[in-house]
Amino acid sequence: MIITKPKDIKGILEALKGKERVYLFGCGSCAEQCQTGGDKELKAMEKALRENGVEVAGGSIVEETCYRQLVLKEYRNVEGFRDADAVLVLACGAGVRTVADVVEEDRPVIPALDSIFLATVERYGRFFEGCALCGECVLTETAAICPHTECPKGLLNGPCGGVADGMCEVDTENECAWVRIYRRLKEQGRLHLMKKVSEPKDHSVGLRPRKTLLRNPARQADRKTKK
Amino acid sequence: MAGDSNLKHELESGRFTVTAEICPPRGTDVGPFIEKARLLKGRIAAANVTDNQRAVMRLSSLACSVLLLREGVEPVFQMTCRDRNRLAIQSDVMGAWALGVRNILALTGDHVAFGDHREAKAVFDLDSVQLVKVIDTLNHGRNMKNTELRGATDFFLGAVVAPEANPYEPEEIKFDKKISAGARFFQTQAIFDMERFKRFFETAGKKSVKVLGGILLLKSAKMANYLNTNVPGVHVPQPLIDELEGASDQLEKGIEIASRQLRELKSFCHGAHIMAIGQEESVIKIIEGA
Repeated sequence: MIITKPKDIKGILEALKGKERVYLFGCGSCAEQCQTGGDKELKAMEKALRENGVEVAGGSIVEETCYRQLVLKEYRNVEGFRDADAVLVLACGAGVRTVADVVEEDRPVIPALDSIFLATVERYGRFFEGCALCGECVLTETAAICPHTECPKGLLNGPCGGVADGMCEVDTENECAWVRIYRRLKEQGRLHLMKKVSEPKDHSVGLRPRKTLLRNPARQADRKTKK
Repeated sequence: MAGDSNLKHELESGRFTVTAEICPPRGTDVGPFIEKARLLKGRIAAANVTDNQRAVMRLSSLACSVLLLREGVEPVFQMTCRDRNRLAIQSDVMGAWALGVRNILALTGDHVAFGDHREAKAVFDLDSVQLVKVIDTLNHGRNMKNTELRGATDFFLGAVVAPEANPYEPEEIKFDKKISAGARFFQTQAIFDMERFKRFFETAGKKSVKVLGGILLLKSAKMANYLNTNVPGVHVPQPLIDELEGASDQLEKGIEIASRQLRELKSFCHGAHIMAIGQEESVIKIIEGA
């Protein structure tokens, strides 16, 4: 799940200054679950904007705001959305980007949230970052604990000198990722993996912006020849 | 300027070898830094120049290493992984060699979260083991891409180990990886439990590397308490804090404790590395007292 947190209202009001028909767009997936872009939050935002003299033309929540087809369908069907002179999106950055792709280019699309991380949901309301989407998974060698993500320094060859009684020097409430990797590898009888020098990460695999095209022309051509 | 590393020579001769740390200034006035260098000249085998220690921005460790060379003090150029990517690292390592620096110490570096530029991007493109390996590769005349260099480096290559790390086994694994990556000498983090350090040295001393035990000058009980709460990986035991607290002159007591540690190290270890953070003049007293 993508975790988001609300931006300060002051900056949002500043960005919406002079706009007369603001449309709100939430998200029924991640943002709803982390209580930043569901029905309740849209209503609270509408109230806050009205109190500050910003007219709200309406609001929508679709199942996944990062899915262009769903946003486009809403855009075609909802007049208030089409006629808005600005859109405030209560979703992650991918959602904001999707909405911006759909609406006319002459009207601003403003994020109401900051996107912070990809989470493992321990249970409702407890979110932890476990993957940094680095592009090349090392979890095989690290007992399914990611050193890129869970070590603030992203070290690949073991703990730094700052470990104090097994705890991380940067956030002392967290147990050092490498101490956990060590313990788990040892339990699994795979400590030899930690004894091997890990090579520097290949950052070229994560060159931005990244994209995946399941049906790119080359692959389609490939499929045809196979037939 | 050119020539071999005196530090290497001293350690290989089997003589007990002392190094000390000098911190670059926060600004371009290098006067006091040079005064400290002159003070230490001839009294230590080499002086470590810290690299934006504690992630606090200071004059470049490379520039200060060269300033030491000019004063006739052999530098140990400290390089962390925090502030440079692999291009900058290789480039600065070769630069240091070309300017006459002969010793280098590879370390991870404190996180920017501890420093004075907390908004900075923490680089860590390499980690300390990889950094050792990269310097060793440059020592063999090649860069990270295996391209042959027109002129290699030949650094006396060092790294850091934390003998009092808890748990110790992951640290030991990393220690061995640094050795296999090419580290030839180790300066340890501050030692406070000498018996534990002796046990560490029983094993470490048999590896094909030289070990300099870390001595951190405790200037006061207040500083010791500060270290315990604020400095990662440092734990000053209560008896030492009590000893400082009971003294009429706490700095003198701290120097006495450091001298005592130095004396103990002399009886079994390869050398000692004195960290006197901002109290470089006390280094002489520590050495004389031992």
